Amino acid sequence: MTLRPAGDWLVATAAELDRRLRALELPSGRRVAVDLAAIERLDTAGAWLLLRTEHALEARGNEVALTNVRNSFAPLLAQLRARGAGEPVPHPVPPHHTLLGFVARIGEITINVLRRAYLMLGFGGLVSTKMAELILRPGRLRGIATLVQMERTGVDAMPIVGLLSFLIGVVVAYQGADQLRRFGAEIYAVNLLGVSILRELGVLLTAIIIAGRSGSAFTAQIGTMQVNQEIDALNTLGLDPVEVLVLPRVFGLVLTLPLLVFYADAMGMLGGALMTWAALGVPIPAFLDQLRGAITEWTLWVGIIKAPFFAAIISMVGCYEGFNVTGSAESVGRLTTQSVVESIFLVIVADAAFSILFSVLKI
Amino acid sequence: MAAADDDIVISVRGLVNRFGEQTVHDGIDLDVRRGEVLGVVGGSGSGKSVLLRTIVGLRRPQAGSIGVLGCDVLGASEAEARALEQRWGVLFQDGALFSSLTVAQNIEVPLREHIPMPEPLMDEIAACKIAIVGLPEAAADKFPSQLSGGMRKRAGLARALALDPEILFLDEPTAGLDPIAAADFDQLIRDLKASLDLTVFLVTHDLDTLFAICDRVAVLVDQKIRIGTLAQHLADNHPWIHAYFHGPRGRAANPEREH
Repeated sequence: MTLRPAGDWLVATAAELDRRLRALELPSGRRVAVDLAAIERLDTAGAWLLLRTEHALEARGNEVALTNVRNSFAPLLAQLRARGAGEPVPHPVPPHHTLLGFVARIGEITINVLRRAYLMLGFGGLVSTKMAELILRPGRLRGIATLVQMERTGVDAMPIVGLLSFLIGVVVAYQGADQLRRFGAEIYAVNLLGVSILRELGVLLTAIIIAGRSGSAFTAQIGTMQVNQEIDALNTLGLDPVEVLVLPRVFGLVLTLPLLVFYADAMGMLGGALMTWAALGVPIPAFLDQLRGAITEWTLWVGIIKAPFFAAIISMVGCYEGFNVTGSAESVGRLTTQSVVESIFLVIVADAAFSILFSVLKI
Repeated sequence: MAAADDDIVISVRGLVNRFGEQTVHDGIDLDVRRGEVLGVVGGSGSGKSVLLRTIVGLRRPQAGSIGVLGCDVLGASEAEARALEQRWGVLFQDGALFSSLTVAQNIEVPLREHIPMPEPLMDEIAACKIAIVGLPEAAADKFPSQLSGGMRKRAGLARALALDPEILFLDEPTAGLDPIAAADFDQLIRDLKASLDLTVFLVTHDLDTLFAICDRVAVLVDQKIRIGTLAQHLADNHPWIHAYFHGPRGRAANPEREH
């Protein structure tokens, strides 16, 4: 028998041809000629369909011959045959779509979290050791790089940190006054403002902004360098990536964050003062008097003492995740997200730990 | 374009490209005929890749006109540009594969975008392209970061060929390949050209590729372009062109070298 494909066998018509070919009932054990004379145009998709049909016929024990192959088509068919245009590789079903796979996946995630924590702790240890070496030989600190980091993470962050702290001060003062007014104790809104901003909100808010702003930048910068093999280049040039990239960032942020927190505290107080003046008619001097009675110097220090620890967490997590990047743009994005989430999480965990510590110390 | 007859698929007139003060192209005229392989050579920074990027519409030149397959690239509407993009394939220097997709998915991107077809057929066509460019079957499910540079190039070529384009733009296809892989690549381009009636616009540094597969060669020198057959260039007295084709590597690559 003879098959006579005709017309355009192109990628644009492949879907229709495929449908008709699949509907075709193939003979078996016959001598089949495929006459290509009527094919007008042929591209690789069309040629693949022809060869697929040929294979299917042969698999059913037919003897197949392609006839009237035009000269211009011959090389294409030969090419496809020679390269053994193979079967598509079946897409593996993701294993977590089964019940067992689901359970296994929970276990896998748990183990991964533990392993990440372990590795991160290791990285923290490595950076601490280098830090200690640096203290013994301070000349090795890259001063300019550290200053650049301080400018980027500190000075450049001042507008956003200041604005947000100011607004939080306004909100806390207003909400406090609103609730306390029922007891006729609205002046204590100042106490509430002082304690909550200075002890907790100022430092936490600043740390979270910096985690989103600078921690993510650390991961993206180091990650992109990893993709470009710049880290490998540093290693082969005898430069220590931790010393060149990590220490200036950690050092810079540890110095910068307490200053930023102090600035955020001040802006929060300013917002609160203006709000109590506007909402309660408390003038600024009276506000300051009330504030002086409400807080001790420790209230301020409790907030600021936490800042260097949060800074160390943010910068180390940011750098660590940057080094974890493996050769693709996608992994830079994934790890940047991960670094922000992890550092905010760890900052809040650390804050809780500090709360317990301070309550034990009765500060 | 009025001047374009059927045989001219790419026609560039009076092209000027400047980066700030620096002029890269100063009035380039270029015609590429259907079915030929045009090699574009030039020193580093002479604007080979810039020329390619300008022709495929990734860069807007300061002056000049560009016609591809009878369509004015610079003045094309959105719809015309999309239609045109289906008729050419571009292979970038390092493959430019989408790193979040597997090789097979990369090849399926243009198919999915432009031609509705059932999923199994799409997988088959992707597998077929993978085989054509000489990648092992197992490469289909790999991510670009898991491939070597040469394999990434082949995968990039497979994606460029996904829609069976009429024109293939290749940016340094053999750079970074070992000599055997490079020779394979040359053979592959030649076979594809013969079987698919491709027009190939080939930016290259590789003299062997030039001698092996190019019908004509365009040389970018002094912000201008000189187009001719290899024989014409070999006879050219311009110092750079002479140094290029008659240097030790040029002589080694020339199959009709004078011993």
